[in-house]
Amino acid sequence: MESVTALETLRQALPDLTIELVPSVDQPAIVVPAEAIELVARQLREHPQLQYQVLAELTAADFWPREPRFEIVYHFVSLGPAALGDGAPPAARLRVKARVAGDQVRMPTICRVYRNANWYEREVYDMFGVVFEGHPDLHRLLMPDDWEGHPGRKDYPVQIHKAVDVAQPLQVTEEDFVRNIERQRRISGADPRVQ
Amino acid sequence: MADIRTETMTVNMGPQHPATHGVLRLVIELDGEEIVQATPTIGYLHTGIEKTAEQKKWQQVVPLVERMDYLAAQSNALGYVMAVEKLLGIEVPPRVQEIRVLLAELQRISSHLVWLGTHGMEVGAITMMMYCFRERELLLNINELLAGFRLFPSYLRIGGLREDLPVGFHEAVTAFLDRFPSKIDEYEGMLTKNSIWNKRTRGVGVLTRQDILDYGLLGPIARASGINYDVRRAFPYLTYPSYDFEVPLAQDGDVYARYTVRVAELRESTKIARQALARITPTGAWGVDDPRIVPPPKDKVYTEMEALIQHFLIYSQGFTVPAGDAYVPIEGPRGEHGFYVVSDGTNRPVRIKSRPPTFLALQALPKMITGGLIADVIAVIGSADVVMGDSDR
Repeated sequence: MESVTALETLRQALPDLTIELVPSVDQPAIVVPAEAIELVARQLREHPQLQYQVLAELTAADFWPREPRFEIVYHFVSLGPAALGDGAPPAARLRVKARVAGDQVRMPTICRVYRNANWYEREVYDMFGVVFEGHPDLHRLLMPDDWEGHPGRKDYPVQIHKAVDVAQPLQVTEEDFVRNIERQRRISGADPRVQ
Repeated sequence: MADIRTETMTVNMGPQHPATHGVLRLVIELDGEEIVQATPTIGYLHTGIEKTAEQKKWQQVVPLVERMDYLAAQSNALGYVMAVEKLLGIEVPPRVQEIRVLLAELQRISSHLVWLGTHGMEVGAITMMMYCFRERELLLNINELLAGFRLFPSYLRIGGLREDLPVGFHEAVTAFLDRFPSKIDEYEGMLTKNSIWNKRTRGVGVLTRQDILDYGLLGPIARASGINYDVRRAFPYLTYPSYDFEVPLAQDGDVYARYTVRVAELRESTKIARQALARITPTGAWGVDDPRIVPPPKDKVYTEMEALIQHFLIYSQGFTVPAGDAYVPIEGPRGEHGFYVVSDGTNRPVRIKSRPPTFLALQALPKMITGGLIADVIAVIGSADVVMGDSDR
């Protein structure tokens, strides 16, 4: 009942969009086009009858080899009148999904609407290689920066043997060392501290 | 001395700093003692639990998820088993629900005790750690009695519990609950009005209501900023609606407010645990009556052929879960701790994702410490109650 009204409100606010209600056992779930996610997120957060003020969770699931392969899953929560004050809609949850194809793993960011999407999107990029366009600081979060591949993907090998990267100490000969110091001096001019 | 240049200094704190509760690394830019900018780096404890879980059968995932937030193992397990039970469409018997409530609350107490002990110790009250770990030891003993394991009991299972409660469980929990309220008074006596504690924590690391919503912090941190949201009240699960308890609130949003909220939660959890214990009957069901999921009792396995077949089916192939997905939130010790579970109808999960409260708290850390002093960083990290296993998984 409640999910129907939330869906209707959203459809009225965004009449040009195809919003599909999908079956779900726990909370209402909708599928929206990937390119419209920021629009939908803004409506969900700011529409007075919805007020999904918090992004509870953002993740992805890989259904390889099915296409479209990735599902980006957003869980929004409206905290209800006890938390937001009288007049707020009752506490509710909503799952929003966007489907992304394996050859075009791109998705608009929702960082500008929900600030905490920042790290979630970095994690999804790290694990699944989904590029969030417009993200202010998109780089790996959990894996090391020089890691190859995206371990969350289903076609990523489970047992992988990687050679250990060992940092080599810097090898400098005496001549290089002296030359380097003299070069520094030339660049910085006459520094009185250097005799 | 023509002109004095001032410049900011960049300090690397962690990942091996004892007050970062594990392997959190903070790159802090300092202007004197004041923090200009802070960048948390996580991932040093990333063990790929969610990926590993995709190779396991549904029931085998329980010990894995328990190792995520290693201070609140049973809360992780509770979130996971409830999500899978939602997909399976089964409801566990009332007695199991009461036992789960009791274990969840004992786990909350246990986790809060580690928080209080380490938080106190880092701010200078070293005695707190000794006192809190003394009571936590009793809870770990209860876990040991329950399952033979102290930190990761794996006692909660999909479809119920591993086995019935052991002999002496009621007595052990009663003894703890009788002893504990006076101990909370003891902790409060050492901190609540202590002037050093007040000076170190009041007005430090403030988060406003809007910050809480922006950063998606749900849990004790949100309640310390005056947001009355508790999953047990807003989206009730198990038998929580029938329990008499308060949701502690504070308005200031600083480190001290988070302290008062969590200490009040210790009292409320004790209250819930006492009510739950009174409701748990000594004997009764400890799992759903569904031979697909719960293995048959051992005496039947040795005497009946159907039970033997069922036993082998469950332990060799597991059970299948209908295709679909579910997200079930619970109120963990650190806040809303949900599990998102995806199934494609086979005996192994497609995807498991926990909603880690620590992850979000760390994302908000720069907001809490920027503009403050470097000494306050320790107090703020302590008040956020971070567990790196939870955030890195």
